[in-house]
Amino acid sequence: MAKIMVENLSKIFGNNPDKAFALLEEGYTKDEVMEKTGQAVGVYNASFTVDKGEIFVIMGLSGSGKSTVIRCLNRLIDPTRGKIVIGDQEVSAMDADELREFRRHKQSMVFQRFALFPHRTVVENAAFGLEIQGSSKEEREKKAQDALELVGLKGWGSRYPDQLSGGMQQRVGLARCLAVDPEILFMDEAFSALDPLIRREMQDELLALQEKVGKTIVFITHDLDEALKLGDRVAIMKDGVIVQLDTPENILTRPANDYVAKFVEDVDLSKVLTAEGVMQSPRVVAYPKDGPRVALRKMKEAGISGIFVINRQGQLMGYVNAVDAKNAAEKEEPDISNIIEKDIPTVIPDTTINELFETAANASTPYAVIDEDKILKGIIVRGSLLAGLVKEASKDE
Amino acid sequence: MSDIFMNPIEYLPRLPLGEWVDSFIDWLLFHIGTVTRFISNFLEGIMGGITDALMWFPPFILILLISLIAWRFSNRGVAIFTFLGLTLIYNMQLWLPALSTITMILIAVTISICIGLPVGIISTRSPIFHRIVWPILDFMQTMPAFVYLIPAVFFFRLGVVSAMIATVVFSTPPVIRLTGLGIRQVSEEVVEASQAFGSTDWQLLTKVQLPLAMPTIMAGVNQCIMLALSMVVIAAMIGAGGLGGHVYGAIQRLNIGLGFESGLAVVILAIILDRITQSSKEREEE
Repeated sequence: MAKIMVENLSKIFGNNPDKAFALLEEGYTKDEVMEKTGQAVGVYNASFTVDKGEIFVIMGLSGSGKSTVIRCLNRLIDPTRGKIVIGDQEVSAMDADELREFRRHKQSMVFQRFALFPHRTVVENAAFGLEIQGSSKEEREKKAQDALELVGLKGWGSRYPDQLSGGMQQRVGLARCLAVDPEILFMDEAFSALDPLIRREMQDELLALQEKVGKTIVFITHDLDEALKLGDRVAIMKDGVIVQLDTPENILTRPANDYVAKFVEDVDLSKVLTAEGVMQSPRVVAYPKDGPRVALRKMKEAGISGIFVINRQGQLMGYVNAVDAKNAAEKEEPDISNIIEKDIPTVIPDTTINELFETAANASTPYAVIDEDKILKGIIVRGSLLAGLVKEASKDE
Repeated sequence: MSDIFMNPIEYLPRLPLGEWVDSFIDWLLFHIGTVTRFISNFLEGIMGGITDALMWFPPFILILLISLIAWRFSNRGVAIFTFLGLTLIYNMQLWLPALSTITMILIAVTISICIGLPVGIISTRSPIFHRIVWPILDFMQTMPAFVYLIPAVFFFRLGVVSAMIATVVFSTPPVIRLTGLGIRQVSEEVVEASQAFGSTDWQLLTKVQLPLAMPTIMAGVNQCIMLALSMVVIAAMIGAGGLGGHVYGAIQRLNIGLGFESGLAVVILAIILDRITQSSKEREEE
């Protein structure tokens, strides 16, 4: 279900937007419009939806309009044209009072340079949103403390922001947002001011936190790795226009144009491609009640040295290799249930290839990709791991 | 005839700026007489009340009290200086004029802050207002201070009240300016954050902008006090009395000794007031 719906959002900075629109419709670029009319195009005709509970990433370099988009969503910047619907409310049509109520209860925002209040303690910072809402002192104190605990800052409440490191300051920024328990989080380059190690740590924590709180998140970044890591879907912007909106994997493997392709060519695929992306479908499987000869014949036909065994529900039971099956056949065993290896490596579909590599070396069987119900979704042979990477990499050339 | 080409400016009619101002003042005087009389009585009443209250204290006790205040707001050094300085003023038999000078400054500065703070705040809310007020401030500050004395006397007759009015006019601009500056200096992102949480303009002002602007505003108040002090001395020319009166008298009689003593008393007051307000500004910054 779409939580946020944006239709043809445009923002022109300047006193004569109509002139700019006329040129844009004729296909002029942002720079040309600036030169001809003096109007700065912030965003032009951006349309997208964000689902409930999704992390939606908008990626672009500086000047691409990504910060303008996110500020239009809570109307820190008023859009020139376009419609923004969040939940069942049309944000783009709200008057000042409705907008204030919306900002207080439905959303909150994390800023690039933290934007903490230097004259307030950490806990007073975290309680700011609640204070603005007018909730009682005990209530906001309690909720602020809870939020600080959630971001791992328990016990730091009485410090001042400038006594904290950058990473911790941004945790306060995050706690300040979570304290009001909004449905939507807007994160404007939230981790960009942090150094790389801390940034990665914060990204992991955001993902872990998201598992717990399940907010709808719109995340702005100029870092493609970050976008691909965090985003369920990623919109890539250039010169105020969304040039591609897709899943991280599709952006990598099917860039919409040269601009995106150039962006993604430096990405370390092994960090982004997942098991799901390189697995093969399990065409040939055995069942526990199959006789050893049946299993052997299936292997022979498929040209493989072992076979995965599943039950009638499709759940993975284990793995049978050819040697065991041959021995069992010679002993005239009725079925293969006694020779199933149960202790085999399994991964979930979201596992990155990078993580796969770490254990691939000492595994003797292929990987079984299973979901949370243990249903066998696919298999990964070590050879196809490398092949997958090479294939994706060579596609760009 | 050739002269008109050599020096054409002399043949232009003189612009009667002075006469215009005169007639404008006359017109004002005629129309707002009741208002000025009311203000006059009001300020004189307050002035008398405060001076009486201060004089009720035995001087020594009052000196101790002020030193304690200096200690509370600043540090021990300033407190000791305050004690010694005020004792010296008392010793020079300038205690009563010093009290009336302090009273005038207190009232004038209070009025300046009451006017300056809101005007400064409004100037950050309305660009048009800002564009109107700022040139007026430039004008007020570059005008020689003596000039304010003349209309003040016209409206409020010779005496303490017109001196105080002139002082207010002279010392308000820094409060307005630094209030505006302090609020505008608050980082854009912090203001945005406050708005993003749905704060009203009043909440933004009181919970974010004013607290963060406070050090700058205090610098404005400090400047305001210093300007008020200098003006109160100048205003002796229109009968403000106090320490300025003694300085003025000394000039007229060419009494170097008395002039030095009262001048020294003004300097002592200036240092005490400056240190006390300065340090409360620094504490805001911590």
